[in-house]
Amino acid sequence: MRMTRWVTLPIHLSQFMPMRIPIETFRLENGLFVTLSEDRTAPIVAVNLWYHVGSANERIGRTGFAHLFEHMLFQGSEHVGSNEHFELIQRAGGTLNGSTWLERTNYYETVPSNQLALALWLEADRMGSLLPAMTQEKLDTQRDVVKNERRWSIDNQPYGTWLERLSALTFPESHPFHHSLIGSMEDLSAASLEDVKLFFGSYYTPDNAVLSIAGDFDPTEARALVEKYFGGIPQGRGKPPLPDMSVPMTFGQPSRQVVDDDVALPRLYLAFRSPVFGSDDYYTASVASAILGMRRGSRLHRSLVRERQIAADATAFTFDLAKASDLLVIDVIARPETSAEKLEEEVGREVDNLVRNGVRGEEVERAVALIDTEIVTALQSASERADRLSMFATYFGDPEILNQQPERYRAVTAKAVNEFAESKLGRDNRVTLLFVPKVETSDTAKTSDPLAA
Amino acid sequence: MTVSTRPAPGPPRTFQFPRFERSDLPNGLRIIVAPVRKLPVVTVLAVVDAGAVADSPGREGLAQLTAEALREGTANRDGIQILEGFERLGSSLEAGADWDSTVVSMTLLRDKLMTGLSLMAEVLTSPSFPEREIERLKAERLAERAQILAEPRGLADESFSRFLYAEGSRYREPMAGTAASVSAITRADVSTFFGSRYKPDAVTMIIVGDVGAEGAAKLVSTALGGWEGRTAEVAVTLVQEARHARALEIIAKDDAAQAELRLGHLGIPRSHPDYFPVVVMNALLGGLFSSRINLNLRERHGYTYGASSYFDWRRGAGPFVIATAVQSEVSAAAVSETLKEIEGMRQEEVSTEELSLATNYLEGVFPIRYETTSAIASALANLVIFDLPEDFYDTYRENIHAVDPSDVLQAARAHVFPERLQIVAVGDPAVVKEPLEKLELGELSVHAATEA
Repeated sequence: MRMTRWVTLPIHLSQFMPMRIPIETFRLENGLFVTLSEDRTAPIVAVNLWYHVGSANERIGRTGFAHLFEHMLFQGSEHVGSNEHFELIQRAGGTLNGSTWLERTNYYETVPSNQLALALWLEADRMGSLLPAMTQEKLDTQRDVVKNERRWSIDNQPYGTWLERLSALTFPESHPFHHSLIGSMEDLSAASLEDVKLFFGSYYTPDNAVLSIAGDFDPTEARALVEKYFGGIPQGRGKPPLPDMSVPMTFGQPSRQVVDDDVALPRLYLAFRSPVFGSDDYYTASVASAILGMRRGSRLHRSLVRERQIAADATAFTFDLAKASDLLVIDVIARPETSAEKLEEEVGREVDNLVRNGVRGEEVERAVALIDTEIVTALQSASERADRLSMFATYFGDPEILNQQPERYRAVTAKAVNEFAESKLGRDNRVTLLFVPKVETSDTAKTSDPLAA
Repeated sequence: MTVSTRPAPGPPRTFQFPRFERSDLPNGLRIIVAPVRKLPVVTVLAVVDAGAVADSPGREGLAQLTAEALREGTANRDGIQILEGFERLGSSLEAGADWDSTVVSMTLLRDKLMTGLSLMAEVLTSPSFPEREIERLKAERLAERAQILAEPRGLADESFSRFLYAEGSRYREPMAGTAASVSAITRADVSTFFGSRYKPDAVTMIIVGDVGAEGAAKLVSTALGGWEGRTAEVAVTLVQEARHARALEIIAKDDAAQAELRLGHLGIPRSHPDYFPVVVMNALLGGLFSSRINLNLRERHGYTYGASSYFDWRRGAGPFVIATAVQSEVSAAAVSETLKEIEGMRQEEVSTEELSLATNYLEGVFPIRYETTSAIASALANLVIFDLPEDFYDTYRENIHAVDPSDVLQAARAHVFPERLQIVAVGDPAVVKEPLEKLELGELSVHAATEA
């Protein structure tokens, strides 16, 4: 097999020659799409599976199920005991985990390269024969674990509900992106073994998955292993279609939610509808978001944190949603002496200023330079490489897009950012989520640092 | 159809921690370069012997503030110019103090190294510490204090240290200081701290990535060879346990959705000869997903999303901690199950089968830990900070492999003490207090989350 290998570029070329990682793809007869990316610099290999199912695919009354289901995938399968997946990978000297998002669920492990077969076998066993291992007791335990995950990461955390609230505010009620990713306690309680069976049959099929392998392996051997372990798994019978997910390009009119919460400082999340992940305009939006809030030299940080000192921190990011509409989100935390109203007003003014006066070429260059370094730095890790290959293959059927990232960012101009700002950052396209410290009674007022001696 | 036979591993390929070369400059500055030529990226770390343990009493947070203030101006540039200088290169200069050292770092594309390094050198050698920016950084720190104290995890961690260490121990106070101690810091304090601690003989420059050893060392020499001065005498900080007796402390957070639990006591310094047995023992007790405590609390009982234990390695005796967050109603049950697991670890030897879970993991995961230039640079920084032997990473896996069941038992008996545990719960006293009291583990007190 011919592959491009990692090359060390002479210094004078690195600026101009895009970095490429080798990518090879094939599809099994059952529909499993596979991407391989060889890198022999260290004896480790990353295995990464994306299933094209997330919280958006949940049915009414079963919010949080996609994520609960992810937990069940670590509870054993026909030839793997309960919790054995974790133990076998860790015994092999590997790391592993899984995660759930609105549009996808991923499972991944990085192992010493002589253990590639084990990682593939484990993934295949749960893709092909999960159900024989499912029991009511395991479901009940994982339900409790997930409820505690909800308490830990959302209910008992300052601002912990932000994602849930913002999703609900930015997508209409019947929209698949509207409801909670981790789910309500009530819906988690209602999940049954029958749900597990149905969900598995609908979504955990080879034709609804992408498998990526990155690192130290022989492509011929890897391909043979994939065929051996995954080849016998039957193709799915098609998954239930998602409803029409299209939404208007902008919110139309501003909306706003104020939350009195157990938090110390006001915090504003300001969201804009933004072009979907992967589109040409997405890269422009992503650069605009970096100009606004990536690192300490960004506009919001410089103006609000550094110069005017009304905010303690300011960032901006995109959700990277590939369907419906993406979201660009500004996240600013107030300094203790800044009121929530003031914070909201000043952030709004900064955005208006960008819309009205545009950005300078240097701002685009700064953003692109930071993003460029971030991409190269991230790709040092086999796990990151595999995950990004799976992402581009799952959303667009084309993992090569990974290699095009630096060029696509570099193609963004100040003019494009200004056009984006004008059409998407205006007052007609804003959703405000504002956390405000609960008014305290005098005997509990937090006026001093309890740890001060 | 799936394949029922579990595959056996193939022959392992060897892995070596990256080779590195040391050199010293005449002014006392040390250089370590590890060429790692995978991608055109380089990480640079300046490790300064100026950790939070060097903070003077009442000025806790000074090391951290000084590190951050470095970037705010030099003789030739103001803070904005420095910021823009790095970000135009596609990089950011990170600066922060740990307990034992301050680390200033950047990761950038290789062709930006020379420019980045000269800017970094300017920041390290001639900061101007503008008053206005220092006051701003202090105010940002106060905002962070407010955030930490409103957050159950941060509150649990900080309260735990307070019950663990005696008054006067630097480890008792938060690494970045309290509101009172940060407020007390002046520009003169920052300037004096810098003047006494930031000298070439206290600095090691570590460069990892797509560079040649000789060329990189030459770049450092050009940038920092002219730096002069010697550090003053280093003060020794006291590490003293607050008390030996087991006790329970509830930090009241009414209506909390969960209870954040910390159980632990004083651990051992990084230099302790039992380091390897303790690392293996801890992995089995609570360091791994498949450890005894996590399997019990999470997978058997569903009490929590996760439970783990760790020894916080510092030059002095950092804490040994078991940390978890559980549904409030099962707090007492979670504490008693945890105690059972600790007792179990001290009672009898682990089987070789169980032992191999930890040793195989720690040996196997070794190359995965050092995939990136910044991970390799941090590993090299630990050699410097803890004065580890030069072959530490080359012999790491043999040392792990050599740990046997009797070593694990001995480590548990010598370094984990159930009767000395300080048990801290941040949660709703109405739910957690009575059941915890009924365990009769020791004196129990309830504290307001807001005591002055």
